[in-house]
Amino acid sequence: MSESIKNEWPLWEVFLQKKAGAPHEHAGSVHAADKEMAIQNARDVYTRRNEAINFWVVLSENIVATQPEETGSLFDPANDKTYRHPNFFRTPEGVKL
Amino acid sequence: MEDQKKIDEFNARIASGDVIEPKDWMPENYRKQLTRMMSQHAHSEIVGMLPEGNWITRAPSLKRKAVLLAKVQDEAGHGLYIYSGAETLGTSRREMTDQLLSGKAKYSSIFNYPTLTWADMGAVGWLVDGAAIVNQTMLAKCSYGPYARAMIRVCKEENFHNKQGYEIMAVLAKGTPEQKAMAQDALNRWWWPSLMMLGPSDKDSPNSGDLMKWKIKLQSNDELRQRFIDRTVPAAEAIGLTIPDEKLKYNPETRHYEFGEINWDEFFSVIKGQGPCNQERLQARIDADMNGKWVRDAASAFASKRNKEVAA
Amino acid sequence: MSNLDQDKFHYLLRLADNSLILGHRLSEWAGHGPILEEDIAMSNIALDLIGQSRGFYTYAGTIENKGRTEDHLAYFREARQFKNLMLLEQPNGDFGKTMVRQFLFDAYCKPLYRELSNSKDETIAALAAKSLKEVTYHLRHASEWMIRLGDGTEESHTRVQKSLEDLWKFTGEMFDNSEVELRLIENNIAIDNSSLKSEWNKTIAEILKIAGLTKPDSERFMSSGSFVGNHTEHLGYILAEMQSLPRTYPGAEW
Repeated sequence: MSESIKNEWPLWEVFLQKKAGAPHEHAGSVHAADKEMAIQNARDVYTRRNEAINFWVVLSENIVATQPEETGSLFDPANDKTYRHPNFFRTPEGVKL
Repeated sequence: MEDQKKIDEFNARIASGDVIEPKDWMPENYRKQLTRMMSQHAHSEIVGMLPEGNWITRAPSLKRKAVLLAKVQDEAGHGLYIYSGAETLGTSRREMTDQLLSGKAKYSSIFNYPTLTWADMGAVGWLVDGAAIVNQTMLAKCSYGPYARAMIRVCKEENFHNKQGYEIMAVLAKGTPEQKAMAQDALNRWWWPSLMMLGPSDKDSPNSGDLMKWKIKLQSNDELRQRFIDRTVPAAEAIGLTIPDEKLKYNPETRHYEFGEINWDEFFSVIKGQGPCNQERLQARIDADMNGKWVRDAASAFASKRNKEVAA
Repeated sequence: MSNLDQDKFHYLLRLADNSLILGHRLSEWAGHGPILEEDIAMSNIALDLIGQSRGFYTYAGTIENKGRTEDHLAYFREARQFKNLMLLEQPNGDFGKTMVRQFLFDAYCKPLYRELSNSKDETIAALAAKSLKEVTYHLRHASEWMIRLGDGTEESHTRVQKSLEDLWKFTGEMFDNSEVELRLIENNIAIDNSSLKSEWNKTIAEILKIAGLTKPDSERFMSSGSFVGNHTEHLGYILAEMQSLPRTYPGAEW
């Protein structure tokens, strides 16, 4: 690996909150040497059109993700638990719960 | 040799319209072609800042100055979004940048033409961004998730670019005789390169087959070019400018415009480095990178000093 | 125009010219920044500044009441009629010099706009309040870079210390008051520049200390007089470039 590639600023993932009460959503990433610069860069790159009232930056390497090959074993078991959803149950006519 | 079963499964996912995400298994060639295409796209955005950046300090009103600066800034943002998307494929921005600066990676040949007058700001926004939008609208539905999401963001922002360019042209076209001549001259110079920008004709486009098979591209270069022409010709007529193509005519049966022969020799020679501004554009990027090195190094050095202090 | 309006007009030109000339200089970076993120950051600052200048010019034109727009005022005045601080017309130099220029000015602008947001002139107060938010971020951005460049590598330290020395002679006039300003201060419209100096000194000392940079010796020659049109040779070139189109085609719309 060349010197310049090793010295590249690390990558940070940016999560924007669009308005009060809304969840933070992934917007993209920026390179920055440290936390403060990551905040500034994310602000300058991803909020130029009022896209956020708050955001998070997280070092990309600190994100832990599920692996695609685990998808079946992690998520399929939830498929047959239809009783977790309210429309599984019937209520007598005219009753509102 | 890659596992044929995995390749078949991958192809089936693509065929069913699935979106591929960074950690999903993908054929090496899919990764390679995507990286090539996305990095070229990102480089084009970055080099594309230069022809317009050339006029920021000479914009003829404060409004135009702000709009042009915001637009050129957006190009940097678009390049950044696309580099970010490409980085998920395992190549760092630094590596991609090195490929651009060493001349190994290509960028859109259109940015190797000079911007000679203020009207070029109109022509570039209207035509070059117009052609880009046609291409990017397609890419927003491509099979690779990070690319598609970057394109959605880019398309939202790009419409403003296109409109501001057309507005510049419209104002010039109804201005003084000198201004109108300036607008027509810019259209004359930018029209053909804009058509070329959508890529070589399908029969001469070596990578199109794979890219379409994998639904990275959903329409061929010729289809995109036709769409661009169909929407641009009426816009030119509306402001009284003439498209510089004697063979251009509307075919009511196909509902498309027929147009003259594109000079593909010019296209291929500009790609190979024989365009009016190839050297200047690349040199400007090399200079920016070299002049910025001490700044990037300083921030890295500062960060590692502070990290050590925290650890100690 | 009353005498008071005349003074206000000139004061507004001072504020507008400051923002425009610095915004113009920063905009020269577009496409040439040290890294994409920073290219975008500098354009953001430039856009804030150009926006500020438009607000001040427009209000100046309203007060003057001769039908001059923001563009008349920006594009059809000569260098001797421009009132921007000389610091702001200095060439960009390297990225460090651009940040030093920005830092020295932002550290002055923040208290200026904060105080000016209480101006008796409500429009000036409103424009200042809006600008205050912007320069607060600009100062943060520039300060963080001063710290990183000052305390980064030996090369970055040397470069930024040199830029600080080179630009220092342009900082003195920020705290001068012109006759126009003195009259407006009496009317609670303008801010006494000399009153901003202690806060400016404090900000500069604080950041330079963290950055490991040395404050230049203050006993040196200080340039002054930009309010009355005394400038460095650089301004003429900025205007020649900036004003070329409207002056070539007078009366044309763009």
